[in-house]
Amino acid sequence: MPKYVMVIDVERCIGCMACVIACKKENNVADGYFRTRVVEEVRGEFPYLKMELRSELCNHCENAPCIDACPTRASHRAKDGTVQIDKKKCIGCKACILACPYDARYSTPEGVADKCTFCEHRIKEGKKPACVETCLGKSRIFGDLDDPNSEVSQLLKKHDAAVRLEFAGTKPRVFYINKKFAGGL
Amino acid sequence: MSITRRNFLKIAAATGGLAIAGTSTVTSVLGLGKKPVSLPQYIPTTCEMCFWRCGVIAKVVDGKVVKLDGNPLHPNSRGKLCARGHGGIGLLYDPDRLKTPLINTGARGEAKFKKASWDEALGFVADKMQKIKEKYGAESIALLTHGTISTYFMHLLQAFGSPNFAMPSFALCRGARGVAFELTFGEDVGNPERLDIQNSKVVVLIGSHLGENAHNSQCQEFAEAVGKDATVIVVDPRFSTAAGKAKYWLPIKPATDLALLLSWINVIINEGLYDKEYVAKYTSGFNEVAMAVKEYTPEWAEKETDIPSSLIVDTARVIGKNRPHVLIHPGRHTAWYSDNVQRQRAVAILTALLGAYGRPGGIYLSPKKKLEPVFLSDKDYPEPQKPALNKGDYPFAGEEGVTHVIVKATLTEQPYPIKGWFITGTNIMKAMPNQRDTLSAIQKLELLVAVDMMPYDGVMLADVVLPECTYLERHDDLFTVKERAFGISIRQPVVQPMYDSKPGWWIAKELGKRLGLEDYFPWNTFEDFLKMKCETWGIDYSELVKKGYISFPESEAPYITSDNQPKFKTPSGKIELYSKELKEKGFDPVPKYTKHKQPPEGWFRLIYGRAPVHTFSRTTNNPSLWELMKENTAWVNAKVAKKMGLKNEDYIVLINQDGVKSNKVRIKVTERIREDCIYLVHGFSSTSKLLHRAYLRGADDQQLITKYDIDPISGSVGMRVNFVKISKEV
Ligand code: SF4
Ligand code: SF4
Ligand code: SF4
Repeated sequence: MPKYVMVIDVERCIGCMACVIACKKENNVADGYFRTRVVEEVRGEFPYLKMELRSELCNHCENAPCIDACPTRASHRAKDGTVQIDKKKCIGCKACILACPYDARYSTPEGVADKCTFCEHRIKEGKKPACVETCLGKSRIFGDLDDPNSEVSQLLKKHDAAVRLEFAGTKPRVFYINKKFAGGL
Repeated sequence: MSITRRNFLKIAAATGGLAIAGTSTVTSVLGLGKKPVSLPQYIPTTCEMCFWRCGVIAKVVDGKVVKLDGNPLHPNSRGKLCARGHGGIGLLYDPDRLKTPLINTGARGEAKFKKASWDEALGFVADKMQKIKEKYGAESIALLTHGTISTYFMHLLQAFGSPNFAMPSFALCRGARGVAFELTFGEDVGNPERLDIQNSKVVVLIGSHLGENAHNSQCQEFAEAVGKDATVIVVDPRFSTAAGKAKYWLPIKPATDLALLLSWINVIINEGLYDKEYVAKYTSGFNEVAMAVKEYTPEWAEKETDIPSSLIVDTARVIGKNRPHVLIHPGRHTAWYSDNVQRQRAVAILTALLGAYGRPGGIYLSPKKKLEPVFLSDKDYPEPQKPALNKGDYPFAGEEGVTHVIVKATLTEQPYPIKGWFITGTNIMKAMPNQRDTLSAIQKLELLVAVDMMPYDGVMLADVVLPECTYLERHDDLFTVKERAFGISIRQPVVQPMYDSKPGWWIAKELGKRLGLEDYFPWNTFEDFLKMKCETWGIDYSELVKKGYISFPESEAPYITSDNQPKFKTPSGKIELYSKELKEKGFDPVPKYTKHKQPPEGWFRLIYGRAPVHTFSRTTNNPSLWELMKENTAWVNAKVAKKMGLKNEDYIVLINQDGVKSNKVRIKVTERIREDCIYLVHGFSSTSKLLHRAYLRGADDQQLITKYDIDPISGSVGMRVNFVKISKEV
């Protein structure tokens, strides 16, 4: 089983939002919803300021509370190690949405749970997720952490990376490097 | 005028291409009872969501565009699209699109439109054009054009006998920069600019918020430079996204940029940080510049700019010590004050002193490739009977013409009346300053025709509206791309035009027919013309159709080397630090600082700019992009907001010095802006009721720009001269 992860190089994000809309189009995400976002955080006072642009999406957690919360096993770990939702099994109870500490899930207008899939359909074809493919800053980097030669492995070896809400204990697979605000995640 | 003779009849008829997607399906051999699967088709074309013109690959399933991606072969996209590029689908399927020709049955500007057939609408336009020609002469019809490529409308106008066209790209955008670089280096810096950002050690953004101004390949290179730890210096009264990456953010007092630039030059010369060899070999006028900048010390500049002199010195040293791998971004929208060309000249001079022109990390040289021009027809244009007035009295006005001159001539009827306007692909109400002047000018017209895709504000004023189809549904002229290597990019339909919309070339040709100008349109379809053009240029048309982009890698020669010596097309053949041409025309040969007015107590300077998900005022109704940014906000410094008792997201109204009130707009209370400015993202608050999403959302910066300066050198306008105050009465 590969270990797909996303590394976000915060410093390289230029906030262009290409990722957000590429994701929407690729996955035909319903109007009014987004599977990924870019958050802007500013600290300091004029003129001593610092700003971080941080992409957020489903972390495909290793200890995924959304899976545990799902009564029908619609939320599950797929063969490739990613966390996925089987739409046919979803009864729309929203338990997973409440269980996710990252606000990564939403309920579609049809009433089923939905979220980032790491573009599993693209990974299968050997392509990168749509947001990664189009990222103007090459701020989103995707790959297999079990492959020591992959770009993500190399980056995580070199940098001291952080995950969001580490205390939640979910073991995210989305890592942040070159972050400005260590506690800001 | 001289035109290369060309045999239009020899067009190879069947250099077949891939063309528009039909649907190909596969009925699975074994899939008994299974539904047939539609195979996606991938068709390359060229983006038009902004004017970077990236290569796009459209994924079409069952005749519907489902995804757009960047063409990896195209140097402007490099396999990636920006948000707007991805959102092109939103334009194509926007239910608010113009669907049929319209004729206004009410008073001018009343927008009491009735639907018309193409025949009726074009007949109406041709008839009016002929009448204007008889009464006032052909020159009395002007064209304001931008956006969608205007080749055929300019061609039509010239064939008709008028030289009077103007594009916002000159006076309202890049003109001053073009003139400044031409005067200095003998050549504009290009569009896209020839900036070697990915190799820069120092990137200086002064008047450019790259990132928010999402120019695809440049953003990619900027992130590359940041990733390689280049030092970023950002000069901006606002803490832009790029400032968030900067080692030095200089929150300059607006209108004083030239002071900073001159003082940087002062330090670089005084401390001997310039490239002596380069300066000696390639430039002329160094001593004059050195003399002229003596007075512009950092201490002096501190008083003007609000930037501590120590910081001016520090940044000048960082810039000087990293020469020549320094990129002083020449910016794009350079229409700020009355001295735009001089400010841009300072950028050019600084670049030259650092030896950064033609060097890695600076501005790379144009690719070495010339293609012979191929014209839309081999017939000479008639000689206009009256002098062109589209350049006004500005000695360095460019070929693109000056928009405000057309407005003024229409208003005053001097030197002769202008009675007809064609507007194609530009939202004149949001592009040009002083909307009241534009509206009064329009009242003097006998004909206003708009060619566009959406009912933008300007379109609503027209007597006749001609619906053009989108860039995903039509052919356009080929684009020559001068990136590091030269290349050709094609725009071709990926789906059939929707509704009763038509390609621009068809509209021009049909109008031409009705005006008795059919000889100027000797091709049946535009594709025939493109094939002929490719044949002339020795390009395989079917390859271009399949790949979308063809590159000439042998044309690449970006840097100065011993066997690649630059040729400067200036009178002296050198980089002119001191400009004799300016001197001869009565202007300062070396830039001098001019003081501009600062806002009085209680007033703020209105500054405006871009958001990465919108282009001009042309995307605010796009369903996909609207969702990401529905309205703009007025950025106000947190201290100011506190003093005024304003909370984040409250609605306010802005009132300018002439008493013009904006639409209500939410306030963004932020530390990211100086106390003396208010910032708006450009292009919001559409007044067109037919744009259902964008209608009266946010505030229109252009509405508040009632005052404007004019740069006497180029005719470029200055649109950063308006002051506003805040009203809580919403
Ligand atoms: S981020 Fe939320 S939805 Fe995604 S795997 Fe973790 S808990 Fe589940
Ligand atoms: S595409 Fe990349 S650079 Fe642009 S906002 Fe998304 S993560 Fe940031
Ligand atoms: S920068 Fe974006 S909108 Fe402009 S041409 Fe490229 S993809 Fe299209």
